Amino acid sequence: MGDLIEVRALTRFFDLGGNQFVHAVDKLSLTIGEREIVGLVGESGSGKSTLGKTILGLYDKTDGEVIYRGGVLPQKYRPTDFQQLATKMQMIFQDPYSSLNPRMTVGEIIGEGLRLHFNISESDVKEQVVDWLQKVGLQADHMSRYPHEFSGGQRQRIGIARALILEPEFVVCDEPISALDVSVQAQVVNLLGELKETMGLTLLFIAHDLSMVRYVSDRMAVMYLGSLAELGKANDVYFNPKHPYTEVLVGSNPEPDPEFEKGRVSTSIQGEIPSPVNVQSGCRFANRCPKVLGVCREKTPELVPMKGEDRLVACHLVS
Amino acid sequence: MTANKEDTNVRPSLLIVEDLQVEFDTYGGTVQAVRGVNFSVDQGQTLAIVGESGCGKSVTVQSIMGLIPAPPGRIIAGSARLRGHEILGRKTVGGGEIRGAEIGMIFQDPMTSLNPTMKIGDQIAEPLKVHRGYSARNASLEAVRLLELSRIPEASKRARQYPFEFSGGMLQRAMIAMALSCKPSILIADEPTTALDVTIQAQILDLMLELQKETGMAIILITHDLGVVARMADEVAVMYAGKIVEYGSANDIFYRSAHPYTVGLKEAMPTNDPARQHELKPISGSPPDLFAPPAGCGYCSRCPYAMQICSESPPQNNGLHDHHSASCWLHHPRSGIKPDTLFFGDAL
Ligand SMILES: Nc1ncnc2c1ncn2[C@@H]1O[C@H](COP(=O)(O)OP(=O)(O)OP(=O)(O)O)[C@@H](O)[C@H]1O
Ligand SMILES: Nc1ncnc2c1ncn2[C@@H]1O[C@H](COP(=O)(O)OP(=O)(O)O)[C@@H](O)[C@H]1O
Ligand code: SF4
Ligand SMILES: [Mg+2]
Ligand SMILES: [Mg+2]
Repeated sequence: MGDLIEVRALTRFFDLGGNQFVHAVDKLSLTIGEREIVGLVGESGSGKSTLGKTILGLYDKTDGEVIYRGGVLPQKYRPTDFQQLATKMQMIFQDPYSSLNPRMTVGEIIGEGLRLHFNISESDVKEQVVDWLQKVGLQADHMSRYPHEFSGGQRQRIGIARALILEPEFVVCDEPISALDVSVQAQVVNLLGELKETMGLTLLFIAHDLSMVRYVSDRMAVMYLGSLAELGKANDVYFNPKHPYTEVLVGSNPEPDPEFEKGRVSTSIQGEIPSPVNVQSGCRFANRCPKVLGVCREKTPELVPMKGEDRLVACHLVS
Repeated sequence: MTANKEDTNVRPSLLIVEDLQVEFDTYGGTVQAVRGVNFSVDQGQTLAIVGESGCGKSVTVQSIMGLIPAPPGRIIAGSARLRGHEILGRKTVGGGEIRGAEIGMIFQDPMTSLNPTMKIGDQIAEPLKVHRGYSARNASLEAVRLLELSRIPEASKRARQYPFEFSGGMLQRAMIAMALSCKPSILIADEPTTALDVTIQAQILDLMLELQKETGMAIILITHDLGVVARMADEVAVMYAGKIVEYGSANDIFYRSAHPYTVGLKEAMPTNDPARQHELKPISGSPPDLFAPPAGCGYCSRCPYAMQICSESPPQNNGLHDHHSASCWLHHPRSGIKPDTLFFGDAL
């Protein structure tokens, strides 16, 4: 499996003025193999969405680079870059309510990308829209309806059809199921899984729900305050976490099993994710880490391979 | 009324809700939001109400709290008795305030009940002065003590801050402090951790369990997260389309699931047992329209076990054992199906 995407020391800061910078993504490196699903987890504000958007060029890169099929993508996209790359890379958004234009019909929403990026006839657009409505489990006559007439799960399918009709290779799914009820989450997850198989998609799957990410992903990346704490096979990371932060995340994830839940000792940690403004050196997790060492506050641990394991961990205890 | 434990020899439940029915008038017609709900809660126990969005969880507890806006809302039937006294539609019971005093409540979004322009400490102190006759000084001291009780670091400094200076997790702690200020016998928590990260969720859930141990209060916890239910609940009410479709101990609900909807929910979720992986099985379709609820079982259109009778008449609540019960025709004594074969223990 070759790499489709290589993220090299990617950095994205937001300038708050007065020499204050949000270190939303900070020298982050990650490769995503062809037809692979990489799950990305981490607390709110850790930089997951910013990473996804920066990879896609929706944000300019402050530093570092993104390599796609061996070619370096522009640091700052021009309209023609979007024009070219939109058919290769797409994004599916969290909120199925606000990410669809309420004044456009479902047919217009799904077909918009085709009209914009390809020189094709209106009847061909229509044909493909109908095809995609069916692929995502909706009906042809839904084309002339408006988003508000659909349930959350259906709207998320519309968002999926809109992104995938362009037949991209790489899709960032930013919390595609967080706003949905449990019974509907499985519909969307299974749909993405099927489409991955039939279209050969590569996905960066961002979500809060660790159980779902483990289920969906080949590999799992754990993000904390702009950088990766751990990266490895999804099952390994979940069942045998190496980074103390991953341990805490997994330990906080409530499982639908009362005997297990009531028997387990609480692993909850004190404190909250610190502000990502002007981050200090040293391990970013040091002030909350239950296993913190002296060196952790001075030296920033690199994300390095663990001896004898197919795993990358950024922790002084491990390296 | 299998859900209520009056017929057993133990002392009567703290709160008993029977046949609660609530409607809302809207432009589109009348929404039958809650269609006959029964449950009870005991001291020191946690009841979780679980179900998908729109099934009537919030309306149920808002009715108990007297928070249904009328109009458009209307409680059309039912009773809610706190230590035997009717509280539906009343403000006081036995001379004491119900809202805030007997029953405290916290919400998913703490800002719905906080004043953005008032310091946190003052907001907690206010009801203590008004309802409890505290002096200004004592109310302020008590507010700080309550913030400490909710494990807010540097409580006296925090008490002088405004809500916007608090993170989501801290605001939820402040809400808990406020809800506990009058030592309620019941804490109602409506999706208290839905907007929070799992790490902060774990802190808030732990805090609720600790405070319950210290005070002996009952908790009614509304959530759509079965993991949270498993962690917190003694008893569970599974709600669907305005009714409780299954009721039982947490172990009954998870290991001896009786209602097809409960089974469907579990099959739609991934397990974290590597030895028992399964394909996710979504529940097809969507919940019924509560403007015109189905004549029969509310789950009928999505239920893989549905029979002719299910679409024609609503199933009664069938007792299974202890106080485990399910509203489903499969469990009707004359369905001819042996009850033992109808527990879906291996679904997970
Ligand atoms: N346009 C912006 N201007 C300034 N700061 C921003 C901007 N966008 C994001 N940030 C900040 O960058 C950090 C990372 O944000 P991001 O949205 O990537 O987090 P996330 O991991 O996706 O969180 P969530 O789980 O809440 O979606 C946060 O501190 C956020 O406040
Ligand atoms: N103020 C209101 N006006 C009209 N309909 C309402 C109102 N509050 C709730 N409802 C309706 O009542 C039903 C149950 O809602 P709710 O109890 O909030 O569901 P949930 O289980 O998600 O908490 C829904 O159909 C909802 O739209
Ligand atoms: S009553 Fe019938 S339709 Fe309803 S849950 Fe039971 S079997 Fe399914
Ligand atoms: Mg995000
Ligand atoms: Mg609600």
